[in-house]
Order: sequence, then C-alpha cells, then structure tokens
Amino acid sequence: MEQQEQKVTAKLEVPQTTTAPVSPATEANKIFDAKNVSIYYGSFRAVTDVSIAIYQNEITAFIGPSGCGKTTVLRTLNRMNDLIPSARVEGEVHYRGASLYDKAVSPTAVRRRIGMVFQKPNPFPKSIFENVAYGPRINGIRKKSQLEEIVERSLRQAALWDEVKDRLNKSGLGLSGGQAQRLCIARTLAVEPDVVLMDEPCSALDPIATGRIEDLMQEIKSQYTIVIVTHNMQQATRVSDRTAFYSVLRNEKPGASDTRTGVLVEYGATQQIFEDPHDSRTQAYVTGRIG
Amino acid sequence: MMAIASEQQTVDLREPSGWRRTKNQLATVGMWIAFVVMLVPLGFVLFTVISKGASAISWQFLTGSIPVNVLPVTYGGVGPAVYGTLVITGFASLMAIPLGILGGIYINEYGGNHLLARVINFFADVMTGVPSIIMGLFIFTIWVLHFGYSGLAGSFALACLMLPIVIRSTYEMLRLVPNSLREASYALGATKARVTLTVTLPAAIGGIVSGALLAVARAAGETAPLVFTILVTQTINKNLFSGPNTALSTLIFQNATQPYTGAQARAWGSALTLIAIAFILMIVARLVTARFARYDH
Repeated sequence: MEQQEQKVTAKLEVPQTTTAPVSPATEANKIFDAKNVSIYYGSFRAVTDVSIAIYQNEITAFIGPSGCGKTTVLRTLNRMNDLIPSARVEGEVHYRGASLYDKAVSPTAVRRRIGMVFQKPNPFPKSIFENVAYGPRINGIRKKSQLEEIVERSLRQAALWDEVKDRLNKSGLGLSGGQAQRLCIARTLAVEPDVVLMDEPCSALDPIATGRIEDLMQEIKSQYTIVIVTHNMQQATRVSDRTAFYSVLRNEKPGASDTRTGVLVEYGATQQIFEDPHDSRTQAYVTGRIG
Repeated sequence: MMAIASEQQTVDLREPSGWRRTKNQLATVGMWIAFVVMLVPLGFVLFTVISKGASAISWQFLTGSIPVNVLPVTYGGVGPAVYGTLVITGFASLMAIPLGILGGIYINEYGGNHLLARVINFFADVMTGVPSIIMGLFIFTIWVLHFGYSGLAGSFALACLMLPIVIRSTYEMLRLVPNSLREASYALGATKARVTLTVTLPAAIGGIVSGALLAVARAAGETAPLVFTILVTQTINKNLFSGPNTALSTLIFQNATQPYTGAQARAWGSALTLIAIAFILMIVARLVTARFARYDH
C-alpha cells in the first residue's frame, strides 16, 4: 500500500515552474484537462459533458446560477467527491498529464498537490499555529524550527501574520470570519500545493475581508494556479484571467429521470465572457437578466 | 424624507395580554414544579445517606476488613469492598472503554452503510436496554459455571453493561463533529486514519471521555451483575482472576438486609462511599472535558 502510494506520488511529481503569467492556452501550460466529464450522485446526473482546460499561474473563475454544478466540477479536480459515497465521475480528468481517476492514483497524493479552500471558514479547533502546521505535520515535518518557519511564511502569504503573530497559541476559532478564512488559506498554502481550489471563499465575508482575499489571490498567483467558484460576477471580473460559465439544462422530456443537469456553456478569457459573450445564455446571465 | 404627522398615534408595543401570555405563565410554573419535584427526592436521598453514613466514615472504615455482621460499625471496615469496587470496575473499564470507543469510531467513520456497522449499531441499542441482572446471569452461565466466582467475572458483567453505553456516546459525539472539519483535513492530503486521529477524535474527545466516565460511574453502582459473579469475601482478595471478591454495591445489598445495627450502619457508610466515588468521577469528567475543550470556544 505504502509502496503503491509512493509510486503514484512520484508519478505526480512534476517540476514546478514559477514563471510570470504566461501566454495563455498552450499545451505546456495546461494544468487540468477535463474531457467529457459527467458527474453523478447516485442516479442523478449533476453535471453533464464538461470539457475544460485550466492553465498554470492563472486564476480561473467558475460562475453560474445555483445548482449548475460548478462546485461539483471543482471538487472533482482534487477528488473531494470521493468522500461522498454515491458520487461517480465519468470521462477523463488529466492533471499535468496524469489521469486523476486512474485506479492506481491515490486521492491522498492528489490532494497534497491540489489544495482546497471552502465556502465556510473551517479552522480546526486547535491553536492558530497548529492549524497551519497541520498539513506540514502530516507530510512528516517534525522539526519545530522548520514548522515555525513554514507557519510564519504561510501566514505572511495569507496576509494574516501581523494580526495573529502575538497569539499563535490561541484558538483558531476565536478569529473573525475574514481572519478565519485567511487562516484556512494559510493552512492550504503551508503544504505548498501546486493548485489551490477555492469554493466561494468570500461568500461569508464582508467587502473589506473579501477585498483582502482578492488582493491575496493576486499576490500568490505567480506561484500557484487558482480555480475559484464564485457567485459574485464582479469578483470574477476583478480577479480572474479566464471564466467558465455553467448553467442548468432542463430536460423537458416528460417522465425523464434526470430533469435538470449542469453544463458548461461558455469558457474563455474573462474579458471576452463579460464583454462579448458568444452564447445568449451567458449574455443573459452576465447582464443580470437571469440569475 | 417622509413628513411625520403631528397627530401621530403611539404604537402599542406592549405584550398583548390574553391566552398567549397565560400559556407562557402556565409553562413557567409547570417547569418550576417539575424542577422542584425532581429536586426533592434527590435532596432526600443525599440528606439521608449523608446523615446516616457520615458518622461511619473514617480511615479505618475505608480500609479495614469486613467484620461479622453482629459487630458495631466501630469494628473493622469495608476495605475489601472499596478495593473490590475500584479494581473490578477499573478492569471492566479497561476492557469496555477502548473497545467501545473503537466500536463507535467504526460505526460512524468507517462503517458507512455496511451491514456490520448497522448490526453493531442495532445491538448496541438493544444492549443498552438489557436489564443489568440479565448481564450477570449471562456471565454466570458462560463463565462462573466453568471457572468459578472471581472479580474477573464481575468485570466481564460490568464491561458488558458499559460497552453499549460507550459505543453509543462515542458514536453520538463523533456525529456532532462537523463534516467541514474532516473535509479540511482531507483537502490537505490526510489519510482517513489521520483525519480520524488528528481531527475527528480530538474534536469529540471531551464528550467521549465524559460519556465513558458516566458509564464507569454507572457500572460502579451496579449490584445485580455482581451478585451472580463475585460472591462475598471478608478480606481483600488481591487476585482479581480467581476466588470470591466483594464490592460496595453488593456489600450494601447484603448488610442493609441484616437486622444488626452495625451491619446497617456499614451499609449506610458504604452507600456514602459509593456516592462519593461516583461524584469524584463526575468531577473528573468535567475537568477532562474542560481541558480538551480549551480551543472550542
């Protein structure tokens, strides 16, 4: 088992380049390449036939109305859907050339490289220090000095260090919503992931806290690839390089078991999606005519 | 801005009198009555036990050998019973608590919808309702008849009693741990065992520990399962694994039914000792819970 896991990790080990944002959409910059992905919960097909490529050191935004499957697609990118017993993925998802849903791939190894920040800030009921040190610890880092260094670096990256440096041993649950979310981001960055997936990270935050997290995303973009699900279209235009618009497709056929399913309507540069959408549904959504 | 009418009427924001208010008052009175009704017997029990038992308590009473029934309470003590209660309950806890916690973890974290998990869950439920004397009888038939009376047999009976309680309380506590915490840990690349050990269990440990200690306190006071399994002895039996043993609860049962005042006084003293042991366990449970909850807010 251990041996197998090591092998898979080695397979996923790809040299990390930290170049500035690159000329987009080349094969070499492709981080994720999903082809004809359908995701089921039991017999319910939540998402149908999504094909999307995500590029390195870019921020990709997933927008769309509730229930369109954008979070579901996000969660397939680091195999979080595996945790839901009835969930099933069809189609191909490649991450840096490796097939994510290959039988030999360990979800644990995948998630160590592809981190996730959740909608609701979910710090552990541990101290602030232990929250950030948790990931490095499970990766086998034991030395106190090394952990201290990682914790400080991650908290600085998450723009939280100055606010918490004097109370690192206080509970992570005592922070405000915005601080707690930045703590969760620091916790994710502490394991130095390759990709950071963000599932509506600002939906529970006020505009000031949201602004700080958006600034933070811009700052860390040069080192990470970010995919963000958001309900806030302004946010998508502010932070993202590329935007994918998802929508709900209703099956009007009487008696059909899958009455609604999520589809990817349009994917392109953020500016194009918002200023010159090719699909009428995208246009209706970004101009606020449907929600 | 809307102009405010000069002849504006004041709005009546007072609680409207009538049926709603009466209901509220009735419910409040009802709750106070229930509280007092519950408190009175509890107070009487404590008062009686303390007033009749306190005079018996002394170091000699807690450690001395059990004398013959006719002797007054100033002779000897209940040492073997105190020792027996602590050791028998202690060993029962040693068996039931780890097994029960592992069972609870299995049902909630690993079992999912598997048949085994559902079976364990079901039987833990059923076992909680089994009368304690049946547990004693069960151990009597499968163990005592073959290997004789011993403290160990008593431990087995108490462990059977504690096990479902520990499983249930562990399970309930783990269920309360929000899934978002588990997901946060998984998203950092933790394995299931790691998630359970470093996130789920620590988040629930306060409740698990207090549930386990409540089970211990309950077992320490049980009489019926011990009557069939440990018999009686007058001196400390240091060997848990063979030979008759004794415990406070069975001693109370035997002495309280005697006509001799000395024996009755010993029963009252033992009752107070037992209550004190249970009380100490409760305090420990509170302290442990508070210790583990220091990051909970």
